[in-house]
Order: sequence, then structure tokens, then C-alpha cells
Amino acid sequence: MDATLTGTQASSVIATAHKPTGRISDPIFVALLWASGIFVLILLGLIIAMLFEGGLPALKEFGISFLWSTSWNPVTERFGAGVMVSGTLFSAVIAVIVALPLSFGIAFFLTEIAPGPLRRPIGVAVQLLAAIPSIIYGMWGFFIVVPLMAAYVQPPLIELLSPIPFIGALFQGPPLGAGMLTAGLILALMILPFITAMFVEVLESVPPMIKESAYGVGATTYEVYRNVSVPYGRAAMVGAVMLGLGRALGETMAVTFVIGNATRMSASLFAPGATIASTIANEFPEASQGSLKLQALLELGFILFVISFIVLALSRLLVRSKLKG
Amino acid sequence: MSSLARRRATDYTVKAISTGFAALSLVLLAWILWTLLSRGLPALGPHVFTKITAPPGAGGGLLNAIVGSLIQIGVALVIGTPIGLMCGTFLAENGRGTQIANAVRFVNDVLLSAPSILIGLFVYQLLVVPVGGFSGWAGSIALAILVIPVVVRTTEDMLNLVPIGLREAAFALGAPQWKVVTFITWRAARAGIVTGILLAVARAAGETAPLLFTSLGNNGWSISLNAPMASLPIAIYQYAASPFEDWVALAWAGALIITVGVLTLNILSRLVLAKMK
Repeated sequence: MDATLTGTQASSVIATAHKPTGRISDPIFVALLWASGIFVLILLGLIIAMLFEGGLPALKEFGISFLWSTSWNPVTERFGAGVMVSGTLFSAVIAVIVALPLSFGIAFFLTEIAPGPLRRPIGVAVQLLAAIPSIIYGMWGFFIVVPLMAAYVQPPLIELLSPIPFIGALFQGPPLGAGMLTAGLILALMILPFITAMFVEVLESVPPMIKESAYGVGATTYEVYRNVSVPYGRAAMVGAVMLGLGRALGETMAVTFVIGNATRMSASLFAPGATIASTIANEFPEASQGSLKLQALLELGFILFVISFIVLALSRLLVRSKLKG
Repeated sequence: MSSLARRRATDYTVKAISTGFAALSLVLLAWILWTLLSRGLPALGPHVFTKITAPPGAGGGLLNAIVGSLIQIGVALVIGTPIGLMCGTFLAENGRGTQIANAVRFVNDVLLSAPSILIGLFVYQLLVVPVGGFSGWAGSIALAILVIPVVVRTTEDMLNLVPIGLREAAFALGAPQWKVVTFITWRAARAGIVTGILLAVARAAGETAPLLFTSLGNNGWSISLNAPMASLPIAIYQYAASPFEDWVALAWAGALIITVGVLTLNILSRLVLAKMK
């Protein structure tokens, strides 16, 4: 036997050696363990299958153009996912763009700047942002952030930026408060703790020797962070950002409160919009069983699943490739 | 300016900005908590805990929603914890290194961050449509699917911390694997596993989206799992967006209750985990 045998390998070797004593309780127990493992695999398969099957009639009715068609009209029963798919991607990308620099900064603060005794409490406080339920963000956004945006943030931005050609289109429309930008900002706050936590974990896994050699040639703390630590953990950090993106794509309650829920296409950051998740939450109560609308909503769910599955899978691969060597 | 002075200035600026960002995140957390306290506390009275939901102006409370939430979380735990515990044990003890364990771990990670509204849609398709109605069971099962990946992950992590020698000693005495796992390994990791369950409760308690299409909510007294069942998040969702002042106040009271509960569970579990690691 190899001396570096891990505990589990050793225990399974011993367990195998033990089996011939003829107990029946052990095979049953081991079978239960295996069954639970396989159950999780089946569960994911079932989720994919049920969503696909439920949405299939809508896909058959509207064809593949369901994916990008921007009509959503319950009266004429014409449904397309275009507005929601773009709204989902748009709001999630805003969230990542806002959360990324903040996460870089907070992770830098937590690993290099904060005095030792403050690190844990501040780190935990940032983590608590992730524990607050989505619906609380929704209420806070709806009652506090939306009025603030409408009164103080959007009017000056509209005045200042909307006359500019090209990027002005992003800042058109009345200052409603609710809309794509507000949703993106709330989402940014919600994914910030996830990204930050993983950044901190990655930065702490950087071998001290590498950093010390950079300090040895006279680099400043920021230079070590930027030129040594971040490049060292780049793959895992990209994974962390994608995990944040994946979470932002599927957030429901917070977005439903602040996005304005309009199923029209608009280029403006201030215009009310919709995401896949918010549309499902909003329109489900009005969709009767077996109706085309319900099938279209299930199809939307399937699309969301595919998008988040791809993003989450990529993020897991990137994070694991680095952290687990 | 010399190159050194410029580099020092950059370093200083970035440090100041980073500290500012950290402070900003704390301010935002404090702001959310302050909003909850300042709007939730005035609305919090005995009626919240003793009366069931009522039409606007009739002075209702949240009793049915609180009880409904507790029942559904309880049932979700009873269903989800054993599966999660066994699956986590499988990953840490039996499956390690095998392709199937890697696949299970990957799928579990995906389930852990999958949009929770899709779990609601899935249970709707799986249970609500065939049975022909919304029910507390459907809500509980949707929550159980959220509980499982949390328990799997923490169980595996905690079992990996249990020293090998402990298992070897038990095996050397001739104990079968089920005895070693239940009496030795699980017991050694008990605090960590309980922590995982607490985290799972915290997660399930705050979820709204998966309950929308499964247990639906109920404005009457509802303790039958076969009928639509009220829950705190759904009550908050209905009340917060309503035009009635007393309903909105109740929504804030409910939001305060949920957040205090969830944050307490989180801080508790973090304290235990910090001690273990």
C-alpha cells in the first residue's frame, strides 16, 4: 500500500476487506449513499426535461424565432422571448460592470489594507449582504432606491447625456426611477458579496513567496496586487465573475420590484423592461393551465436554464481549475 | 514628479478608493437594515403574531403566513436533509475520485446557484399540474430542492475535515461502514453538519419565487399540506406592492421578521464554522 493513501481510499480498502463477514446492513447503507448521489444527477436531468417538455408546444407554435422575436401579446397570443432575453442579459451585464470594480477594491482592502482584527468582522458584514433575502432587496429598491433614482439621479443624467449622439440613446425617456439601470444596480449589490468572497479566497491562495519577491524588488502594495496576485488568480477570478453573472441572470423578486415590467424593447437604461425571471413571476398568475401563454413562460424558463447552466458550468470549471490545482 | 513619488501616489490613491468601496458596502448594508428597522418596528405589534391576514383596514396580522412558512420549511428539511446528508457522505466517503462523484459534485454546484424560480416552475410541472392544484406539499418540495445542495456541500466539506485516524480506529475494531459513518464520522462532524442545515433553513426561509407557483399563498388559516398554503415571503410580496397603507406596513413587519431570522441563523452558523476551521 502506498503510504500517501488518503483516508477515504484507506477506509474503502478496509471496508472491502471487511465485507466477506456477511453483514447485510452495510451493502444497504452503501447502496443508500450511492442512490442519494445518483438522485442529485437525476434531479437536474428531470428539471431540464420538465421545463423543456412544458415549453415544447410554444416552441412548436412559434418556431425557433421564439428566441429573438420581440412581440409579447397575450391578446393575439403572439409570444417571443426577445425582450426578456435581452433584458436578462442587459441587466446582468450592468450588474457585473458595477460590481466588478467594487469587488476588486473590497477584496484588496480585505486582504492587504484592513488591520488584522477588522478583517473578519468586515468580511462577515460584506457576506451578510448575500444572506439578505431577494425580496428584501426588492422592497428596499422599490421604496427607497426607485424614488431616489427618479428624483436625484436620472433627471441630471438625462439633461446632461441625452443630447449626446449615439450614447444619448441610453439616457432617453422620462425619469421613472424603475427600469433597467435600477435593476442592474440592485443586482450589482446582490452579487457583490459572492464575487468578493471568491476574490478573497483566490487572493489568499497566492503563495506568499511570490508576493514577497515582488515586494523585495521594491513594488508597492498596489503593484503587487495588480501585477502578481491578480494575474496569479486570473482564471479563478474570471470564474468568480461568471458565478456572479449566473446569479444575476436568475434573480427574480428583487428585479420584479424595480425593473418596471414592460414587455417592450427599448435601448434606454431608464426605460422599464423585463427579464425572463421577472416575466415568469409577473405573468404566471394570469396564465391558465394548458394555455399557450403558460407554455411560452415555461419555454422562457427553459431558455433561462440553458443560459444559466452554461454560465455556471463555465464558472465552476474556471474556479476549480485554479483553486484545486 | 519622480517615478517613485508617482508610484507611491498611485498606491495611496488605490488604497483610499478600496477602503472607500469597503466602507460603501458597509453603509449600504446599514442602510438596508436601517430601512427595515425604521419601517418594520413601528408596524410590529402583538397582532402580527396573533391574527391571520385580513382585508385592508381590518387589522389583520401574519400568523397564518408565519405558521405556513414554519410548516413548509419543516417539511422541506425532513425531505431534504437526509438526501443531502447521504449525498454529501457519498461524495466524501464512497465516491471520492470516481467520475460519478465528480459529476454529482458538479451538478450539485449547478443546483446550488440555479435560479430558484426555475425550481418553482419545475415543481409546478411535476406536482401541481398532475395533482390539479397548488399545495403546501408542492411548496415544501420546492424548498427541499433548495435545501439539498446546501446540505450536500457543507456535509462534504465537514466530513473532509474529520481526521482519517478516527475512521481507521473504528474500522480496526471491526465496525461496518454504516456504523463508522453514523457513530464516528457524522458525530465528529456534527457541529459542521448542523451548521449546514441552519444555512439551508436560512436559504429556504427567504425564498419567494419557488413558492409562487407551488404553495401559492393563502389568506385564510391554512395548515393542510394538501391545500394552498400561506408563507411569509409570499405575504410580503402581495402586501408590499399593494396600495393599502396597513398592508404595506405589515409587509415591512414581515420583512423585518424574516431578515432578523435569516441573519441570526447566518451569523450563528458562521461562528460555529469559524470555530471548526
